[in-house]
Amino acid sequence: MDFNLLRESAASNTWGALWPELGLGSLALLLLLLEAVLPPRAHRHLGAVSILGQLLLLAGLALGGSRPAPHQAFNGLIGFTEHTGLFRVFFILSSLLATILAQVALARQKLPRTEFHHIVLVVSAAALLLVESRNFILLFVTLETMTIGLYILVSYFRSNPRTLEAGLKYLIMGSLSSALLLFGTVLLYGAAGNPALDGHTAQPMQFGELNRFLAANPDGFLCAAGIVLVLSGLAFKIGGFPFQIWIPDVYEGAPTPVTALLAVTSKAAGFIVLVELVRVFEPFHWLVEPVLTAMAVATVLFGNLAALKQHNVKRLIGLSGVSHAGFLLLGVASLETVPQAAGAVYFYLFVYLIASYAVFGVMTVLAGVDDTRQDLADYGGLAKESPFLAGILACGLGSLAGIPPLAGFMGKLFVFVAAFKAGHYGLLLAAVVGVVISIYYYFGWIRMAYFSDEAAAAPGGPTRAVAAAGPTLKFTLALLAAASIVLGFYQSGLGRLVAGL
Amino acid sequence: MSTLPLDPLLLAIATPLGLAALIALGLPKRLVTKLAYLGFGGPALCALWAWWNFAAAPKEGHGYAFLTRYPTGLDGFGVSLELGLNGLSLPLFVLAGLVGLAAGLYALQSTAERMKSYLLLLLVMQAGLMGTFASVDVFFFYFFHELALIPTFIMVGIWGGRDRTYAAMTMTIYLTAGAMLSLLGLIAIYVKSGATSFDLLTLRDTLAARPILEVTQQHIFGVLLFGFGVLVSLWPLHSWAPLGYGAAPSSAAMLHAGVLKKFGLYGLVQIALPLLPLGALHWDRRLALLAGVGNVLVIGFVTLAQRDLKQMVGYSSVMHMGYAFLGLAAGVTFGVGAVVMLMVAHGLSVALLFLLSTSVYHRTHTFNLEQMGGLAPAAPMLATLFLAATFASIGLPGFANFWGEVPIFVALWHFSPGLAAVAVSGTVISAVYGLRAVARVFFGPRSPGFSEVAAAHPPADLTWGEKVPALILVAALVFIGLWPRSLSAGIDAALAPAPAPLTAALAASR
Repeated sequence: MDFNLLRESAASNTWGALWPELGLGSLALLLLLLEAVLPPRAHRHLGAVSILGQLLLLAGLALGGSRPAPHQAFNGLIGFTEHTGLFRVFFILSSLLATILAQVALARQKLPRTEFHHIVLVVSAAALLLVESRNFILLFVTLETMTIGLYILVSYFRSNPRTLEAGLKYLIMGSLSSALLLFGTVLLYGAAGNPALDGHTAQPMQFGELNRFLAANPDGFLCAAGIVLVLSGLAFKIGGFPFQIWIPDVYEGAPTPVTALLAVTSKAAGFIVLVELVRVFEPFHWLVEPVLTAMAVATVLFGNLAALKQHNVKRLIGLSGVSHAGFLLLGVASLETVPQAAGAVYFYLFVYLIASYAVFGVMTVLAGVDDTRQDLADYGGLAKESPFLAGILACGLGSLAGIPPLAGFMGKLFVFVAAFKAGHYGLLLAAVVGVVISIYYYFGWIRMAYFSDEAAAAPGGPTRAVAAAGPTLKFTLALLAAASIVLGFYQSGLGRLVAGL
Repeated sequence: MSTLPLDPLLLAIATPLGLAALIALGLPKRLVTKLAYLGFGGPALCALWAWWNFAAAPKEGHGYAFLTRYPTGLDGFGVSLELGLNGLSLPLFVLAGLVGLAAGLYALQSTAERMKSYLLLLLVMQAGLMGTFASVDVFFFYFFHELALIPTFIMVGIWGGRDRTYAAMTMTIYLTAGAMLSLLGLIAIYVKSGATSFDLLTLRDTLAARPILEVTQQHIFGVLLFGFGVLVSLWPLHSWAPLGYGAAPSSAAMLHAGVLKKFGLYGLVQIALPLLPLGALHWDRRLALLAGVGNVLVIGFVTLAQRDLKQMVGYSSVMHMGYAFLGLAAGVTFGVGAVVMLMVAHGLSVALLFLLSTSVYHRTHTFNLEQMGGLAPAAPMLATLFLAATFASIGLPGFANFWGEVPIFVALWHFSPGLAAVAVSGTVISAVYGLRAVARVFFGPRSPGFSEVAAAHPPADLTWGEKVPALILVAALVFIGLWPRSLSAGIDAALAPAPAPLTAALAASR
């Protein structure tokens, strides 16, 4: 027995560094296995198994949170930063909440449930690997794994024609964005691998190598085209103008828990990767910064203006999500002048997760059998029928609107300060206009719930649905609302994200 | 820095906020109405304690007393909850305590539906108001203002009178826009100062050593002026105010018009003037023109034309803000000190007018001045107090408002005699509409409409529940009117050591 070999492999054991991702994957496989061996009447408990497993992973992360992670793994394919632990908590939290919402939404459908929970876990594991990847190959593979999972999830309620339409639209637009991203990558690969150019490298897919090459050729046209294409591909994921076009239809058609997953996991993954890539493309800041700035202005204004007149709340939240992408882009566009802006973006993502899931939770409870038809009018008189749900909704929407003392305000404040330090005054002005417009539709929604006297018009309106919200969901929603309030007052550990801003 | 086991400033914020949290968690109604006295009375007591002990309290940087700092996890960002009072914030802190108490007592005797939620929102608002004026940290100064602002929108939307939804929406959009602009201005000061803290004391020290460039100061001051200007209803950005106050339930209108609206002026006096003196010099003439012609003259005539009592009070409050802006524009210590006095006096008197107008409404069942008349014999106490409130708001000697308006006129005379004349003629306008309203409501024959109402519901005089809050406000107005030094000593002390750049800039310009 060669103990040396064992010891060496143990020392370089980088699989261990990926235990949360492996944990998510194993949990996903365990669900399928359990479905095969357990009797059919036990299948409905598999959602609870998934929830428990994710809670265990979160507990593991909380306990091992202070342990220093290796700087990189798998020979540089994967990189860890001081924020990796935070991202892991973020994505597992998001999939956990989506699973909890799905428990309620799936109960209304006659569809298999295990596969849904399985795919949610796979998507989250892929998202985690995506934000940790430091190589374009791994980036593309994980991005596709995540997106293909989402293709399936978007059209999961397959008996509903709108859902199928949404699935098809998402598939086509998603493929287009992947193609753009891939094309951009290929251009960068070709340029950086060209031995005729200064600083050419044998590993042009590696972020660090690419960055060195770009620094040596800070004006290459091929590279510029590649960078713009890569940014465009990512803009699809985050819903940045002009690539936000798929959002309202897909958000409307997708089952509500999947809409939440799209709005949070997919968008956040896009942003975290974007932050990483902006650093890689740093030598081209003359190009990246104007592109991102223009995109931010257009995204904030478009998202808010388009959301103004929406009656379907899923479309509304989708377009308001576009405007949030714009606010986040404010932070990303400031990144090259103010490196601490990354912390502001991460903080914003966290409060966005908390507020969004509170709103999506209420939407899931109030949705009827046809998940795609959720009108603003359905919320009439909600405060009288269920003060609890109305309160949660108000906390979530208030936080999204950025009203102090809710957490969303802090998120906006930090990106604003970052943008100010970077000198993006015009951008800030657009953002302020956006915030004021957004107040109109967010408050219109709250007004519907609180001030409107007309009873809920929806068949199977709030009264019946409220009873359907189980104790787990109620508890979760209360926690989310409380977190939205507390994080506005007292940021504690999360406040460290913006230290030095 | 206090000898008490608990920091009274924190207590003034925490008492109403804690009670509001308890109500949200489902405190039974019987307990709510009892504890609410504590929730509204506590801040008032804390404020009076602070006022009583302020002169003797040891002062730290820039004349601040009772300084305490509480970390919130944002130390790395330069933000912590820092509470303290100086001569400028103390009067407003006391104002917030007193008007809050009066508004709370008035709400407790009212017959509002869903009383628990109503009290909850008022308590949150009260906590926000106390926090705004006790905050030394610029971030929390803004934060607490918003905390108080949001309940206003909700109260207008739910408990408001006619057009409440429209009014709530208009107020929300205007005031959010104003608040966002001011936030931008505050961020600008923070970023441009190069300080690593939002703490006002640090900002003042940093900027005294290294002022911001003149052009930048002008830009930032402009943003702050219009941002705060919307909040204080600077003409022509005022149109939310009469609409909102017309619809708002009385306690919300009292707290907003009386106290919260002063946030913008206070921000200009406490933050913008000392930090951006050159910016202020750039804007003073334009501001004076807007406020003098717009707020005082135009709105003065608009107020004259009102036929609705509550709208009239709403417009008159917009008009009186014009004086405050004029005092600010006059730019000398004397004028700025008078602005603080006027803020307190106007806060007390406008709150009193809103309170009494609602009491009038309960007896006449209308706000329409044409359909009233002859209420005085049936309600002599109401008539007396209303007359006193009107006198105060006109600025008669003996009431606090006198000590706000007269020094402003004097300061203004040195600045621009023409504007001083405009301002003085404004007093005539306000005397005309104020006294005419008193005459219409209380004296003369009963109008046919009011006779019918009076036959069905014979009007009675003020109940104790209405009398007590009104008397608190009148007492404060008279007390300050007779003994202005109780506040002005602190104000003078806070303004006397004007920062070197301000003094130099003023000396150079005049």
